[in-house]
Amino acid sequence: MRKLKEFIIDKLIFICGLASIFFVILIFLFLSKEALAVFKYVSPVDFLAGKRWYPISEPAQLGILPLIFGSLMVTLGAAIISIPIGIACAVYISEVAPSGIKEFLKAGIELLAAIPSVVLGFIGMVTLVPWVKRIFGLPTGLTALSGSIILAFMAMPTIVSIAEDALYSVPKNYKEGAFALGATHWQTIYRVLLPAASSGIVAAVMLGIGRVIGETMAVMMITGNAAVIPHSILVPVRTLTATIAAEMGEAVVGSEHYFALFAIGIVLFIISFIINVSADLFLHKRS
Amino acid sequence: MADIRVDNLNLWYGDFQALIDVGAHFPEREITAMIGPSGCGKSTLLRVFNRMNDFVEGVRVSGQVIIDGQDIISDKPDLVKLRKNVGMVFQRPNPFPLSIYENIVFGQKVHTEGLSRSELDEIVEDSLSSVLLWDELKDKLRRSALSLSLEQKQRLCIARLIAVKPEILLMDEPCSTLDPQATGRIEELMRELKNNYTIIIVTHNMQQAARVSDNTGFMLLGELVEFGKTRDIFKGPKDKRTEDYITGRYG
Repeated sequence: MRKLKEFIIDKLIFICGLASIFFVILIFLFLSKEALAVFKYVSPVDFLAGKRWYPISEPAQLGILPLIFGSLMVTLGAAIISIPIGIACAVYISEVAPSGIKEFLKAGIELLAAIPSVVLGFIGMVTLVPWVKRIFGLPTGLTALSGSIILAFMAMPTIVSIAEDALYSVPKNYKEGAFALGATHWQTIYRVLLPAASSGIVAAVMLGIGRVIGETMAVMMITGNAAVIPHSILVPVRTLTATIAAEMGEAVVGSEHYFALFAIGIVLFIISFIINVSADLFLHKRS
Repeated sequence: MADIRVDNLNLWYGDFQALIDVGAHFPEREITAMIGPSGCGKSTLLRVFNRMNDFVEGVRVSGQVIIDGQDIISDKPDLVKLRKNVGMVFQRPNPFPLSIYENIVFGQKVHTEGLSRSELDEIVEDSLSSVLLWDELKDKLRRSALSLSLEQKQRLCIARLIAVKPEILLMDEPCSTLDPQATGRIEELMRELKNNYTIIIVTHNMQQAARVSDNTGFMLLGELVEFGKTRDIFKGPKDKRTEDYITGRYG
């Protein structure tokens, strides 16, 4: 009887464990099935490298290059802003801050992670966008830059908490060794602690960027959504995610537009899969 | 003068007094061993000399510790200079997770900027030679220091210290993670280093103290019970507690 109970519990846990993998595979299969249909209308090369995205003109033009550039530009901008600030913040929390401030900051970072993206987008729309417009003297403040700044806020909590964790788990005797050789606090941080924690920090950055690439709501609200290849960070762009979210409601089921949106989903899926896997590789290299 | 003179040294961790009225003279270019049971304050004493106790919260120190004519307790010494002059080897070998080469030039890079490549190469060769690692490692300088054996790591840590040209070496149970053969070889190295450095070693291994040191201090519960020539301490301890300890009655 007891053996049977053990057996059932064992298998139940096993099934739960498999479920997550199972769902990922199902999602991927469903996405592929819908997405591959688009290649009846457009070749994979034209789809990925085409410069025009006019899905409802006749005939439809389904080139997602402007969207890929939009996503890359916004992500790159967010990375440039959030990586230095995030790592500096992690160093401050784990090495410099007195314990009172440390707890306070950690709570603050968690709170930042808890803000829904639509709220961040909304705040960006009413405060950041007018500023960007005024400061740079632009016709509109709905630009890639605005999107990058807001997304930097969203990447920061991930980067800070994982990088802080990596720094914290550097053995204390490295630090002692550096101090005993007469290194100053700052020299110890950048010559010993940062290199020792480097793989964890790279993973932190990867996961932060992974979050940025997949983000939809905030970018849709503040990047202007113009599907043209951007030539500067101060023009409106449209990201892959925003395209799906904005157009899925209007696309006729079974049309080439509908299939193209699924194909964009696959592109996103592959990008974030690559990012997550490489983050994972770096994390494991650490242990 | 690379000797250390200690007078009326008291140290508290919060309410707990870890060192009580310690006074001693650690002569230049000799090996002095500090022995005593765990928790007697010997490591704490060692960490006073390079002010590593500063990192412990709630620590208070009073008294005098004169190194190079300077009282490092009350004179507010330049800690970078002090630690450059008074190096420390730890219980667990702690090479940085960098290459062997980078480990050795770490101190140089920290203290002097703009050294040329050939100067650095020379320092690496000199320091590795003085810990007898050069022949073993000269072709592997780019490898990670973490790939070395425990003994090699400990030697590397000593080489890393020597590279910054200290006068005093503090060794906190440097052999406690090593096997007997490796311990023997490190002791050999210490005798060699004695010609150029003042060495203070903390050990719970009495045989080691007897083998390598010129002077020995016995500590118990924060007090320096007895301090003198090693042969005197081991042949004829004056204090009953010292005698009990070295004859193995406790500890």
